[in-house]
Amino acid sequence: MDLSMKWLSDYVKIDVPVKQFCYDLTMTGSKVEGYKTEGEDIDRVVVGKLLSVVPHENSDHLVVCQVDVGAAEPIQIVTGASNVKAGDTVPVALDGSTLPGGVHIKKGKLRGVESNGMLCSLGELGLTKHDFPYAIEDGIFIIQEDCKIGEDIRSAIGLEDTSVEFEITSNRPDCLSVIGLAREAAATYALPFNPPAPKYTGVAGDINEKLKVVIENNQLCKRYIGGMVRNVKIAPSPRWLRERLRASGVRPINNLVDITNYVMLEYGQPMHAFDARFIVGNEIHVRNAKAGETITTLDGTVRELSPEMLVIADTEKPVAVAGVMGGEYSGIMGDTVDVIFESAAFDGASVRRTSKKLGMRTDSSARFEKGLDPAGCLPAILRAFELVEMLGCGEVLNTYIDCGGEPKKREPVKFDPDWINSFLGTDIPEKDMITYLERLGFEVRKGDPLGLIDGKVIAPSFRVDIECEADIAEEVARFYGYNNIVGQPLTGVANASLSDRQKLRRKLESACIALGLTQIETFSFISPKYYDKIKLPADSKLRNSVTITNPLGEDTSVMRTTVLPSMCETLARNYNYRNTEAALFELGTEYLPTEPDKLPNEPDRLSIGMYGNGADFFTIKGIVEEIFAAVSVDNVEYSAAGADCGFDEASMFHPGRVAVAEVGGKPIAILGEMHPDVAEVYGFGTRVYCAKINAAELLEYAGAERTYKPLPKYPAATRDISLVCDDELPVARIEKLIAGAVGNVLEKIRLFDVYKGEQIAGGKKSVAFSIVMRSADCTLTDEQADAAMKRIRKALESVGAEVR
Amino acid sequence: MKQALEKIELLAKAELEKITDAEQLEAFRIRFLGKKGELTSVLKQMAGLSAEERPIVGQIANRVRGGIEAELAEKAAQLKAETAARRLREERLDVTLPGKAPRLGKAHPMDSVMHEIEDIFIGMGFDIVEGPEVEYDYYNFEALNIPADHPARDTQDTFFITDNILLRSQTSSVQVHVMEDRKPPIRILSPGRVYRSDAIDATHSPIFHQIECLVVDKGITMANLVGTLDTVMKRLYGEECKIRLRPHHFPFTEPSAEVDILCFNCGGKGCAMCKGEGYVELLGAGMVHPKVLANCGIDPNEYSGFAFGLGLERVTMGKYGINDLRLLYENDLRFLGQF
Repeated sequence: MDLSMKWLSDYVKIDVPVKQFCYDLTMTGSKVEGYKTEGEDIDRVVVGKLLSVVPHENSDHLVVCQVDVGAAEPIQIVTGASNVKAGDTVPVALDGSTLPGGVHIKKGKLRGVESNGMLCSLGELGLTKHDFPYAIEDGIFIIQEDCKIGEDIRSAIGLEDTSVEFEITSNRPDCLSVIGLAREAAATYALPFNPPAPKYTGVAGDINEKLKVVIENNQLCKRYIGGMVRNVKIAPSPRWLRERLRASGVRPINNLVDITNYVMLEYGQPMHAFDARFIVGNEIHVRNAKAGETITTLDGTVRELSPEMLVIADTEKPVAVAGVMGGEYSGIMGDTVDVIFESAAFDGASVRRTSKKLGMRTDSSARFEKGLDPAGCLPAILRAFELVEMLGCGEVLNTYIDCGGEPKKREPVKFDPDWINSFLGTDIPEKDMITYLERLGFEVRKGDPLGLIDGKVIAPSFRVDIECEADIAEEVARFYGYNNIVGQPLTGVANASLSDRQKLRRKLESACIALGLTQIETFSFISPKYYDKIKLPADSKLRNSVTITNPLGEDTSVMRTTVLPSMCETLARNYNYRNTEAALFELGTEYLPTEPDKLPNEPDRLSIGMYGNGADFFTIKGIVEEIFAAVSVDNVEYSAAGADCGFDEASMFHPGRVAVAEVGGKPIAILGEMHPDVAEVYGFGTRVYCAKINAAELLEYAGAERTYKPLPKYPAATRDISLVCDDELPVARIEKLIAGAVGNVLEKIRLFDVYKGEQIAGGKKSVAFSIVMRSADCTLTDEQADAAMKRIRKALESVGAEVR
Repeated sequence: MKQALEKIELLAKAELEKITDAEQLEAFRIRFLGKKGELTSVLKQMAGLSAEERPIVGQIANRVRGGIEAELAEKAAQLKAETAARRLREERLDVTLPGKAPRLGKAHPMDSVMHEIEDIFIGMGFDIVEGPEVEYDYYNFEALNIPADHPARDTQDTFFITDNILLRSQTSSVQVHVMEDRKPPIRILSPGRVYRSDAIDATHSPIFHQIECLVVDKGITMANLVGTLDTVMKRLYGEECKIRLRPHHFPFTEPSAEVDILCFNCGGKGCAMCKGEGYVELLGAGMVHPKVLANCGIDPNEYSGFAFGLGLERVTMGKYGINDLRLLYENDLRFLGQF
């Protein structure tokens, strides 16, 4: 809402600088976004009178003018415009002047003839034909205003107003008006507020002979007032009215249309003017649209209407979409004779639905949808009548139709100053509260001092937002001053701690950071194409995503069912930025659909990705192992991951370099090297390693706090063993055999070498372990250790391994 | 024999002078004092001496041995000291060469700030509670006093999954879950992702994080809201931090306020960062609307409460002087590595 400060001053006399005004109004709840003074970008432009206009000696297109600018001597200006003649009054930009857009005018020579400034067009002053309808657009602005030669152009043509831009919240449609803001301003400064009381004389005539109004749906239309203006004279509005519209950001059109806009800006009540010729049957029906009906709106578009929409119709067809926009033939035209004014109260939700469905948001619908006060219909139309007479643009019929009539008074709300103070934590005297409320137009009835009768407060009808005591408390608080409320700490004892899930998440984060991984945050929605990029099988359940019906674009249209593509994208971006190495993790969420019309599951997932700095499969595996250790998840078993490993993302990994980690037989993580094809899709020129850990499921396995194990009292016996076996035999299998063979004195098996190549037969590998054995009760003897080694040999031979 | 011993003594002295390293010293020890050394071979001849001569020669022999041993020890100490000094001299480094650090992982700046805020609230007795991001319309709007067709819905352009399911546009949805599930007193903090249909630019993102705070109990006042905000902001930004409340409107609070913080950049004088205002908008707050309490089965005549929602991105950007929100989701290591 752009407020003209000049307009405001009609109703309240504000005597503070505009910057202070903006601050003060903001602090009482009418938030100011900014302000703009018209003509502030114009400097040293004055009114001049052309004394003579003669052809330029060296040009057919230029003329040389002597211009009286109110100085002792006339000045000479060369112009290329063809619409000027001696005697014209024109805007003159003097030497050293500034025009909108930062244009500076300096004196100079044009084809050898001195020119000491510039004659200006409308456009050069930042104006259009709508501001001065008598001027032409492609020529010098010939001023037909009452002004003095040499006068600053800004005062001469009324470019002096300041418009303040308010951000009005949706609960205060009453403040989408000059009067509403004047009331707030007056209350802010405790100044008298003089709302207008429109008066008109009218010509005798019974409107009922000319017009019939029927509200067929009184749920969606609470009130409809129709009035008539006859023999209208369509012309441009007077300058003062145009100036006010311009300062309010509304384009002047013609007097009748301007009046409806003026009233809407002043009262916040949208109005409509119909050309009576096109109201067939002289009847107005406020009714729901019929199935299949259409209307061509003022903007020339054919709109399909549906039965839940409210329309204004004559006996044959809809002539306007109620509260949204008028129909093509209903508007005011050059040859309009009789005009019907509409001032009505339509249901906010209905207007909102209709305007949304038709994709048509207007100043009118924006006001109606917030819920307007039916009591506002009458003063608005009376003001319109008054303006018609003031502008002399028609004969107002002295009767009007009021369907629905004055609404009932608002329900009173309890007024209990003690409660308000106890709610706000303040100590505001009752009389101050009453003062604040009365300034805003509330009617306050004090309660019985003995507490026998409750106090009451009745909100003015336009305060559609006031419903309960808390609303009254807010009115009091904002004029008492939010910042005068003295803060009080919360009292009482409260226990708080992180949930198990949050603790686990923090442990995982710390572990990742300690392991040298840097945390990332990626979008939860992705492109469905990302599933193709990681080669997810066509029938994978992960392709079934929660889908956004109104996404910003395909790239952000589905909620991810796997966190890995986000990691791949991030790695690829870093690779493209020529970051030579990366080691990243994200503690993110997946969104896994459940049933139709039910919410998805949102499990926590830990993704890890890395390239460069010598990273290989075992680097990422080591990281995954350490993460499990950090959250006390023991007994993790790793095996080569196939398509049926429990992670459909197995497709994105190198088939020979991908492992699934399982706890208790349940897959909990997948890790490995990115498939070369996938790496190529992402544009990597290096090997990339990724892992995903089902963090949510870890909660089930994450061990209790670690308990202390006594440090060993007796020395360990360590034996090395080296063997040659089939390359296919997994080391994990060998380790299991060793563990079984050693029994409970086994402390640790440490792999220290795996070798394939020369000296080893094809299809075989050499593996070497260090085996640490220790007893908690005694020193192991050499015999005991040797016996264990013998058992190991036997066990290994059973799988065809040859111990060396 | 006596002469032979004295000759050895002189020779040893002369030889010892020439020794410059540990190896030569060991050769010297073997040559003179070893089992097959010069001194030993002389002493082996002692058997052939008379009973009178033997003690005398023995005494000389002991003196010579003792002398050589002492000098050897002295020489050894001297050599060791020289070696040590040389090593220290030779091992001198250019200490201005760069260090070799193990790679350190970094927390994302938003997560660091999130944990900092969570910890402040835990210290004040708030539980951390989370809620679903894909949410029913009821929890995100309806129960928060924003019925269908309410114009306030326009201020939060929402992503919809179905007519009834959406991506939550505010963490206030968690308020409703909490009030349904718990009885007052309630003190909770709910951080998480929220979604609005805003194209991404330097100050907007379709995904961002809010941190919702809710307190419901008997006798909770707006002064408690002011006091709590003040405490939290001082913990977060330091004691000199100043907040300012402006009346505003949110359908789920009454009274409602927007809360500004004194501009970090200019300290209130007005600069480009605060657009000349001296204050920067930080969060929305208010007293829980009685209708919202009632919707969640809490009697508004008995209980009152306050709530506020903090934008994590805004706090993070303010704290680290980040001027473009996109950096937070781009995850460029050159950016993340700075924290």
